[in-house]
Amino acid sequence: MPNPLCLRGGRVLDPARGIDRVQDLWIENGKIAGLGEDAPAALRNRKDVEIVDVKGAVVAPGLVDIHVHLREPGQEEKETIETGTRSAARGGFTTVACMPNTSPPLDDRPSVEYVVRRAAVSASCRVLPIAAVTIGQMGEALVEFEDLVNAGAVAFTDDGKPVKNAEIMRRALELTKPLGVPIIQHAEDPDLKGSGVVHEGWVSTRVGLKGIPDIAESVMVARDMLLAEVTGGRVHVAHMSAARTVEVLRWAKQRGIAMTGETTPHHLVLTDEAVATYDTNTKMNPPLRSARDREALIQGVIDGTIDCLATDHAPHTDIEKDGDFDNAPFGIVGLETALGLYMKALVEPKHLSLGDLILRMTRNPLQVLGRDGGTLAAGADADVTVFDPAQRWTVRAAEFASKARNMPFEGWELSGKILITLVGGSVTYRAETLAGSAR
Amino acid sequence: MIGNRKDLLGLEDVSAEEIVRILDTARVMREVLDRPIPKVPSLRGLTAANLFFEASTRTRLSFELAEKRLSADTVNFQTSGSSVSKGETLRDTAANIEAMGIHLVVIRHQASGAPHYLAKVLKAGVINAGDGTHEHPTQGLLDVFTMREHKKRIEGLRVAILGDILHSRVARSNIWGLTKLGAKVTIAGPSTMMPAEVERFGVTVAKSVDEAIEGADVVNILRIQLERQRAGLYPSLKEYSRVHGVTRERLRRAKPDVLVMHPGPMNRGVEIAQDVADGENSVILEQVTNGVAVRMAVLYLLAGQEAAGVVATETQTPNVEAAKSHAEPTLSPRR
Repeated sequence: MPNPLCLRGGRVLDPARGIDRVQDLWIENGKIAGLGEDAPAALRNRKDVEIVDVKGAVVAPGLVDIHVHLREPGQEEKETIETGTRSAARGGFTTVACMPNTSPPLDDRPSVEYVVRRAAVSASCRVLPIAAVTIGQMGEALVEFEDLVNAGAVAFTDDGKPVKNAEIMRRALELTKPLGVPIIQHAEDPDLKGSGVVHEGWVSTRVGLKGIPDIAESVMVARDMLLAEVTGGRVHVAHMSAARTVEVLRWAKQRGIAMTGETTPHHLVLTDEAVATYDTNTKMNPPLRSARDREALIQGVIDGTIDCLATDHAPHTDIEKDGDFDNAPFGIVGLETALGLYMKALVEPKHLSLGDLILRMTRNPLQVLGRDGGTLAAGADADVTVFDPAQRWTVRAAEFASKARNMPFEGWELSGKILITLVGGSVTYRAETLAGSAR
Repeated sequence: MIGNRKDLLGLEDVSAEEIVRILDTARVMREVLDRPIPKVPSLRGLTAANLFFEASTRTRLSFELAEKRLSADTVNFQTSGSSVSKGETLRDTAANIEAMGIHLVVIRHQASGAPHYLAKVLKAGVINAGDGTHEHPTQGLLDVFTMREHKKRIEGLRVAILGDILHSRVARSNIWGLTKLGAKVTIAGPSTMMPAEVERFGVTVAKSVDEAIEGADVVNILRIQLERQRAGLYPSLKEYSRVHGVTRERLRRAKPDVLVMHPGPMNRGVEIAQDVADGENSVILEQVTNGVAVRMAVLYLLAGQEAAGVVATETQTPNVEAAKSHAEPTLSPRR
């Protein structure tokens, strides 16, 4: 166990408990020991406490991302659990849930246990594996849900592909309901999507790239809403991109259906205008959509229709992204730019307070998985993110801890500079610019 | 050169002035083609590569002929039997070609934006000879050129573009070229082949072929790809022909001196009736001839920069002097 730690003089922001004031945060034995005067006197008087001056910075619960592609096993040329979680730590994340579309997919106990084991020896943050809904993500035979939950799976998804068959989706919801875990749907009707590569609209018309209509997503979310209502199972909608999808989810919540949703940074800061240069780093699935869709997503985040904020961190090699648009793979990396982009999309324009943003990146995503946490309450794991909301920094892919560089934000100036990331009281990332700690 | 551009990727970002300059230069080239020996030395010493990643007969022949008429050396590359089928990337293929000292690259590719990618990574000038469902700028230019030769002006001209607009790069280049020069463009076709928000091009979307043809100065008929039926976009070619085919009967709604155009290859009896294709208003073969002249103009103007580095040896011909009034630089490369 490292020495006890005191983060001194920061603005402690713990929105889940309504706390926002300048005070010290005390950590001992990997747990939060207390805030300010509430910390045990015995600890405050100890001489071996490492004191880190974080004046001017925000001290928040560790960020959580429930939509990350770590690519291990099988696609280690793109990313590994080691590099992906280092990237997470550098972005202020202390927990990530990883997607099962690996090679082979995470559809049985050995493969889920493999991720748990690899994470134990190589990860820089907590890794929660999400398992496939169907064997091989082929959409036909269901996985052994109960066995996989016991092995560590926190949710099920065929992400990368939808669960297309409504009967399979219905049975999956029925079988996972007693386990208390959601089915995460990559909502996309494959027939409506066809071979589309960008949002269907004026930009696709102009640049001659095949469109993916917004209804490819919304139609399936509407179907899943009814399946969730009938079965009582929980559906979480991954990477929401379209205004119509927000409307469907809002309706579902009004009907009291157990349904949640997430969106990504890129869908909040970019529109399909970005693809007009054929930059393959603007190719993602679901695609960047219209300005109207972007506004509806922001409104959905503000009013809580969209429960939480994820990244859909999707690493690819430079070689794969080098070439024409049609043949490039979908997806961009997002862990190291997420906080800055969400600040830009939501906090800087005053759509959300900083606390409301943190809530959507900490407690809310955990709640989607049916888990507690995301606070700085005494006794909780000391998963902490320290960042300077005012400090401007420039995005440089060459500095990423991720193996991958594929993203369209090179050179963007963002705020929300991550200074320190702690997982269980241990430092997993520390910015070079941080002033040295004093004893 | 055209403006300061190295490449011609589409007509979307080409100004009306630039288009007029290309058309004026093409007129001079047309005169060259009518000579007993239809060849000028303008591009001597330059090498053009025709990279055709997608099957094409007439466009490739047209470009090759245009290059030869300007005395450029030409090399051809076609996908079948080339290293592309061995998994080589577009970048490597292009880099290898550039390493052989190519000055101009003409590219046809099934992926929209592939020419833009090449333009970014290559020092050579890039001419888009058709990319996916995006643009086919030299086809757009030759269509506008043909209209202008017959009607003397483009401004105010009523042009109907008919058929599968969604998948047509010819339609996009026509629309950009024509609207920039002030034509009134009306489009019509099956609703499943109308691109999203297409009216934002500044065109009128007609409810039927008949409505689009009404009072038209020009009717440009697009090729219907036979595989669209399989894709579920249309029930049958018979139905297409009945609802959207241009017949002599339908053409009566147009002005008497209407020009009938088609980029080829035609599906006779489907989108265009036999007697319309071969009728007195048809300028379809003239389009083919004009295609060579327009491509010569584009090659010539784009090579302006390249040519500066090439030693010119040929003296100018009288016709070349005439070209000066239409377009500088001269037809002979600068030293």
